[in-house]
Amino acid sequence: MTNVDPTTGSLACVYRTEGLTKVYGEGPAAVHALRGVDLALPGGEIVVLLGPSGSGKSTLLNIIGGLDRGTDGTIWFRDQELSAMSDAELTHYRRDNVGFVFQFYNLMPSLTARENVELVTEIAKDPMEPEEALALVGLHARLDHFPAQLSGGEQQRVAIARAVAKRPRVLFCDEPTGALDSTTGRAVLKVLKGVNETLGTTVLIVTHAAATAGMAHRVIHFADGKIRKIRENETRLDPDKIDW
Amino acid sequence: MNPLDRKLLRDLWRIKGQAAAIGAVIAVGVLLLVMMTGLVRSLDETRQAYYERYRLAEVFAPVTRAPENVIGDLPAIPGVAATEGRVAGYALVDLDSVDLPIQARIVSLPDFEAPRLNDIFLIAGRRLDPANRDEILLLKSFADAHDIRPGDALRVTIRGAQRAFSVVGLVQAPEFLYVTAPGELAPDDERYAVIWMSRATAGAAFDMEGAFNEALLSLTRDAREPAVLEAVDRILEPYGGLGAYGREDHLSDRYVSEEINGLRATSAIIPPLFLAVAAFLLYIVISRMVQAEREQIGLMKAFGYTDLEVGAHYFKLILFIAVSGAILGCLAGIAAGRAMVVLYLQFYKFPFLLFELRSSSFVLGILVSVCAASAGGLLVLRRVFALTPAVAMRPPAPADYSRTGGVVRKLTRILDQPGRMVVRRVTRQPALMGGAVLGIGAGMALAAAMTSVMSGFDRTIDVNFNVIDRSDLTVSFTDPKSDKTILELQRLPGVIEVEPVRNVSAVLRNGLRTHRGAVEGRIATPRLNRAVTSEMDAIDMREEGVILSTSLADKLQIRPGETLTVEVREGRQPVLELPVFGTTESLLGSPAYMQIDALNRALREPDRVSGAALRIDSARSDEIYRTLKDMPAVASVSLKDETRESLQELMDSGAGAMRYVMAGIAFVITFGIVYNSARIAQAERERDLASLRVLGFTKGEAAFVLLGELAVVMFVALPVGALLGYALSFGIAAGFSSDLYQIPATFGRSDFGTAVLAVLAASVASGWLVKRDVDRLELVSALKARE
Repeated sequence: MTNVDPTTGSLACVYRTEGLTKVYGEGPAAVHALRGVDLALPGGEIVVLLGPSGSGKSTLLNIIGGLDRGTDGTIWFRDQELSAMSDAELTHYRRDNVGFVFQFYNLMPSLTARENVELVTEIAKDPMEPEEALALVGLHARLDHFPAQLSGGEQQRVAIARAVAKRPRVLFCDEPTGALDSTTGRAVLKVLKGVNETLGTTVLIVTHAAATAGMAHRVIHFADGKIRKIRENETRLDPDKIDW
Repeated sequence: MNPLDRKLLRDLWRIKGQAAAIGAVIAVGVLLLVMMTGLVRSLDETRQAYYERYRLAEVFAPVTRAPENVIGDLPAIPGVAATEGRVAGYALVDLDSVDLPIQARIVSLPDFEAPRLNDIFLIAGRRLDPANRDEILLLKSFADAHDIRPGDALRVTIRGAQRAFSVVGLVQAPEFLYVTAPGELAPDDERYAVIWMSRATAGAAFDMEGAFNEALLSLTRDAREPAVLEAVDRILEPYGGLGAYGREDHLSDRYVSEEINGLRATSAIIPPLFLAVAAFLLYIVISRMVQAEREQIGLMKAFGYTDLEVGAHYFKLILFIAVSGAILGCLAGIAAGRAMVVLYLQFYKFPFLLFELRSSSFVLGILVSVCAASAGGLLVLRRVFALTPAVAMRPPAPADYSRTGGVVRKLTRILDQPGRMVVRRVTRQPALMGGAVLGIGAGMALAAAMTSVMSGFDRTIDVNFNVIDRSDLTVSFTDPKSDKTILELQRLPGVIEVEPVRNVSAVLRNGLRTHRGAVEGRIATPRLNRAVTSEMDAIDMREEGVILSTSLADKLQIRPGETLTVEVREGRQPVLELPVFGTTESLLGSPAYMQIDALNRALREPDRVSGAALRIDSARSDEIYRTLKDMPAVASVSLKDETRESLQELMDSGAGAMRYVMAGIAFVITFGIVYNSARIAQAERERDLASLRVLGFTKGEAAFVLLGELAVVMFVALPVGALLGYALSFGIAAGFSSDLYQIPATFGRSDFGTAVLAVLAASVASGWLVKRDVDRLELVSALKARE
């Protein structure tokens, strides 16, 4: 584990935010989703963001993932300032560096498993073969099935294969097991752990299932738009051992 | 194939019903454009080529009798390229199979050479043998109508003398593209013949040996036609020149021009109108379709697809639908154009008429549809692109239904929950609902305007043949006769009523505006052949002045109270200055009326009649026809029923026939709009409907929420459509009106009833199709899937 110098933003640090805020709406109706977040995340870790709904964890994930913009503050991805990027630059940032896994899978219903993965490998710089990515999540036998023909867990694994196929530096997972039962959920977490170990991808998981925290290198607790506590796990649990 | 393209194909398959409906709307718009512009071009170019190949004269100069050597003076006029003198006149054809006399136009051909001007196109048989004076050529359409073939004999009465001729060939000629008997509007192949004979034969028959009574001239490129006309008139004046006129005043060319111009005007107004409605529909449909894809767009952006790549993806979808529709429309337009050409050939005696498509109308059709379709898509895409991917991927925030007005609040209190859902959705999304209402209203407007124009055609026929003309037949005399002839007719057994008429050909002039036509003399209070106001009240003729048909007054830009110059082209050719004392609603032709005695006085030919309108006892009609046929004074008899029939035929061919195509198209568009509105509403509400079903609502109750909304939109759209249709019918009726006939914009209740029924039928059918899908809704997947 690397120690980070917050003033220099050393390269070992994947993300660094300073005074990041996000306000939805205006005037009396304004909702403060993030109220000044200062954070430094080292690369290569599994990081779990925990917190009740509305605490701001998904908002943070969306902003550092380049899906949304903060209202104030700065964000650095390695040596690039995300908060200063244009829309086009953000698009390339997402295309080249980031993978996403969503709670509701968000597969294209009109494309097969393989084609959903191809959707990403098509535009990535150095992607895996779609088949390889699907093998990684244990779906090599279901390449040509449409989302409607796959179970929830299988759909989520296609989504993970789709996210990792471009060999992203960072994988963002928003409630990846939220719609799954415990057995399937564990299988999905195992895949995420495998991705982290074999590809060295930084994995950020947003969840409100506290037990998931057991498998993380680092756990960030969120409440009311702020970081309450950051904990580093001395020992990490295998996903199989997680008490659901 | 890349995955996005595969997505595209599967998406297309998924929305195939909607895509087909949109494609159909584009296709019919393009069909109309392609067909009409193609027809205009084909007619225009064929006419041009025909005129050039057979050397149609550019100036016609009728004269009473001019010695042959005078023709030699004409080439000296600056601007004249070639000249030809010929003998022309009228005759009667006697066929055993026909009870009535048949009028014929006789035209001479040079004896030993091909005509320099006004050549003929020989279809069957051979040309005239100069050695044989009994030979004639016959207009093919007349020959066909009576099954006359080369080798047959034909009895022709010229100047009172009957002679048998041998028909040696069947021909067509560019000066007889549109052939009507003098005074008739619509062509009737059976009742009017054109006969060509050698100059020597015609000269003998018309007492024109060594003389001509019509000069033909062609002009050089730099010729100034008015100057040439003036010079020709000066040269022919001593020989009874009747006034030279240009090709554009030649009856046949004028009618063909009128047809082409009418078609051009219609094609400039109507297809753009239809395409505009189609474009508007596309805008609504595609913008809502793209809106429904919002989450997938967000997802693609999350993966790092650029706005351009995502935009291109949807643009391809739009392009596919629009281009397929446009190509289909082009193909159908060509097929429809070819079918129309056949109709045209029945009325215009072209030797050939090829439907030619200018590639520009093809390109224009595709371009317009693609632009219309992409405008809808791109505007919405821009809105979606303005969202960050995170926001785009979330379902849109629930529409705000909290601010509801007092009336609606009271209304909702008495409704159950599904009823409230309908009312709130309709009232709180005015833009969405307004779009749907306008779309359906526009479709209905087209249907209503088209049915109203269809009735307009019927009204034209009705007004003319039931209100204005109450006679049974009209007789015209070979030349102006004494009014004793009227008494003679009056005495015929079976004749109930006779009304004399005096028609003289004349040029009507108001300043620089002229009209070459006729002045029709009528008795003071006509009973059989009336002039009527727009309220259909009869107008009496006055001692002084003329009554003009509204179309003629418009053409000459003259109002009652002003003075009209009438240059008579008969007899001593007086020039009269006459006050206009009224206008009359005539939906056929462009007549000008005068009191018959006043006209005769002005001509200094008292008590002359050129024809008569007759009311007869139908039981004795055959007897009357036979008597009339034997009367030497009678040049032609036209039966009202036959005239009505040929006019109806004329209206059902050519530009008039377009109304059937257009009405069909209007209904296709209406259905397309209604069906798409229903489909979109269904797609947008799928989750709501599934939720209702999960909560325990029956299929019918759930469907009510959707169909109720459609019903509300429909009932608001009906009056909107009626109003738009009312406005539209003026434009379309004007587009269909021509010099030949005017189509009034009529708005009978039945027209709007038909349009309302069409919209309702489309709604019921669409509602049924949509309801079927709602019933099949898979609850769990509809709720689970966030797409």
